[in-house]
Amino acid sequence: MTLEKHKYDVLVIGAGGAGLRAAVEAREAGLSVAIICKSLFGKAHTVMAEGGAAASMGNVNDNDNWMVHFRDTMRGGKFLNHYRMAELHAKEAPDRIWELETWGALFDRTKEGKISQRNFGGHEYPRLAHVGDRTGLELIRTMQQKIVALQQADGREFGDMEARIKVFAECTITEILKENGKIAGAYGYWRETGSEVLFEAPAVVIATGGVGKTFKITSNSWEGTGDGHALALKAGANLVDMEFLQFHPTGMVWPPSVRGILVTESVRGEGGILTNNLGERFMFKYIPDVFKKQYADNEAEADRWYEDQDNNRRPPELLPRDEVARAINTEVKAGRGTEHGGVFLDVSKRIPAEVIKKRLPSMWHQFYELAGVDITKEAMEVGPTCHYVMGGVEVEPDTAAAVGVPGLYAAGEVAGGMHGSNRLGGNSLTDLLVFGRRAGAAAAEYVKKSSATQVSDSTIKAAADRIEAPFSRAGGENSYSLHAELQEVTHNLVGIIRTRDEIVDAIAKIADIRARSKNVAVAGGRKFNPGFHLAFDLDNMLLVAESTAKSALLREESRGGHTREDFPGMNSIWRQVNHISSFDGNHVSVKAQPLPVIPKELFDLFDVHELEKYMTPAEIAKGGSN
Amino acid sequence: MARKLNLRIWRGDATDGGLKDVQVDVNEGEVVLDVIHRVQATQMGDLAVRWNCKAGKCGSCSMEINGKPRLACMTQVSSFAEEETITVTPLRAFPIIKDLVTDVSFSYKKAMQIPAYEHPKELAPGDARMEQIDVERSQEFRKCIECFLCQDVCHVVRDHEENKKSFAGPRFFIRIAELDMHPLDMLKNRKRTAQEEHGLGMCNITKCCTEVCPEHIRITDNAIIPMKERVVDIKYDPARMFSGLLRREKRD
Repeated sequence: MTLEKHKYDVLVIGAGGAGLRAAVEAREAGLSVAIICKSLFGKAHTVMAEGGAAASMGNVNDNDNWMVHFRDTMRGGKFLNHYRMAELHAKEAPDRIWELETWGALFDRTKEGKISQRNFGGHEYPRLAHVGDRTGLELIRTMQQKIVALQQADGREFGDMEARIKVFAECTITEILKENGKIAGAYGYWRETGSEVLFEAPAVVIATGGVGKTFKITSNSWEGTGDGHALALKAGANLVDMEFLQFHPTGMVWPPSVRGILVTESVRGEGGILTNNLGERFMFKYIPDVFKKQYADNEAEADRWYEDQDNNRRPPELLPRDEVARAINTEVKAGRGTEHGGVFLDVSKRIPAEVIKKRLPSMWHQFYELAGVDITKEAMEVGPTCHYVMGGVEVEPDTAAAVGVPGLYAAGEVAGGMHGSNRLGGNSLTDLLVFGRRAGAAAAEYVKKSSATQVSDSTIKAAADRIEAPFSRAGGENSYSLHAELQEVTHNLVGIIRTRDEIVDAIAKIADIRARSKNVAVAGGRKFNPGFHLAFDLDNMLLVAESTAKSALLREESRGGHTREDFPGMNSIWRQVNHISSFDGNHVSVKAQPLPVIPKELFDLFDVHELEKYMTPAEIAKGGSN
Repeated sequence: MARKLNLRIWRGDATDGGLKDVQVDVNEGEVVLDVIHRVQATQMGDLAVRWNCKAGKCGSCSMEINGKPRLACMTQVSSFAEEETITVTPLRAFPIIKDLVTDVSFSYKKAMQIPAYEHPKELAPGDARMEQIDVERSQEFRKCIECFLCQDVCHVVRDHEENKKSFAGPRFFIRIAELDMHPLDMLKNRKRTAQEEHGLGMCNITKCCTEVCPEHIRITDNAIIPMKERVVDIKYDPARMFSGLLRREKRD
């Protein structure tokens, strides 16, 4: 049987927001692009993004600008962000949103007819462009339809709509291929038939999203198995700061089958309040010192803020996600939780029913149909759910190029650095537009300067052998049970609260599962066989879990999406350190690397007293780099 | 408390297949997709089923449950009587790949044939001004999660493979309506092409598509019927045909 082969200038792995934006950019630079995705086209996890896309357009409050957005992003990330990524993001986000409008997107409007913007946790001004609570779907459809528009243009020019941009749906990449140290393509299989396929290309953009399926309770779909993280590691790239995972404070907790599914932060942005089983609005107890200036410490002021944002501080329900998630966790652990182990989130008392249905239509729908709860009349039960990984492929901020691997790029959730130790809601949708575009452009530049590389037969054979392996074992391990075991380990031992002993235990257990996973056997044939698919996804999740656990062990402090019970405080010394994971073919190793020093002009955007909460006296004295 | 559920699953591929009976545990609050996953993890490791978000937002787990096109993630097991056997089969209007997975490329091909949005050339990014009330009409259709249940249930293609060539299906009638009602779109004649190239006239308004839409989009009332009415106006109104010769209108 001959191997199916394709040749493109740029391969984009992943068809979520970052992947599609990268593909559009590379195609508009005149190159041929293949978009490869595990699901059908248009099903990517981006469609689940509800709240909105943060961009300082200043349509609702004209005090907003990129500098305010930059400050909010750095604060949210507890200053562990790569400053340059946060800067580029804040500067370019408005253009990326307006550009979508020229492609047909229809955002909700202000009275003046501009794009409306809503409040969200950690954002000083109303900043999130949105479409009700289905903003991610709007982004995906708009870009999906933009790709069709480009295909139609190619159809007119070349008589072939797929001449320069083609979607390979339901195709899994198992390996990124290199020749002579440079990217040469990718290898994988069609999910439908199980048959193998080779893509030859000098540049690969990884845009595979997150790792949520490594954890037991997650808002992520089955696709969030850390494929890009693992593919990049195996291709010789590094991961940065994999200890930081965002546990979104409000996932559904009941019924069990929907546990983890997201309840958008807009519920709180629109006026939802959190209470415990005593009826106490508990968030007032959990405002950290660094946020005391921005958040109301009493109900009266918090309530007034919804009407008058210039003269009142924000309600504490809108603190960054890590703070809210920890607070809920503490309430539940102290026995003040709901019957099903969550807390109450209520919009029904503050907002009229018809307004709730209009502003939060899919939340109403989701609770009504899946939990039998009418959120216009009753409170929701919510609790933390693994939502987003801040860690990811170490990239050059301006080009999204993976450090150390010529021809490899990463954008969106799979890339690290942008969000530091904690991502603000709404920053993800603009992150994937800003850096998706940059990745596509840089990959195109690279391809124009490089010569085509051919993938060697030995490289192909090695990739093919790996796919065949699980079918040749008899009576081995079951991939479903190993996956469930891994999820228990991560949930219990490297979850929302961590301690040294538990992390050490986790590292040993992950190694054990990884050893057994080498012996996974697959029942049935190659044709659309989920057991076979999971065997490969599992391999990726194990590498991600190892990287997370080893990074978490090293970081002896609590910051953003990494909370150590044995080191509860934030420590300025640790703010100067990134954790870099690399892979030698057998094990992940993690080392510390100094964080890039913020330049003076960005340093000066902050009140020095605020920086004192995050930086060492020596750093403050230096005042940023020149 | 777990109880046993009798589940009947269609298994097979394009060449051969049939219904298989299984007994599976079901817990309070579970949806049909949960029990399918349990069968997969414990009894049939190679059972093929598409799914993604498990929250009714991505439209992947479309199948027929007791003969009705539905999303498995949004169908509560408790909506059936306890003693009832639940039968799950693949979407009938599309070719079977394996088990509950069908080849839905029909809809992706149709998507490529709908002329794209055309932005006004003189309108710079950021300069667009639109009233909320004007974007809402198109927003209703942009809620579509592309589950293709409407494409599956539609009589025009469900039992008439031969119609697929000239019929885009309800999903793409709302796409055309969405663009037609878009406050800024510049392309002319969208309704006319809906009629002449995408088979709008073949729809006989039985509203089955609206009934199965998990997003409750009023496909027939708000998209198909208004377009049909306007097409009739355009094609058979002599005064309009005459004025159309004198001045070019944006709308048909």
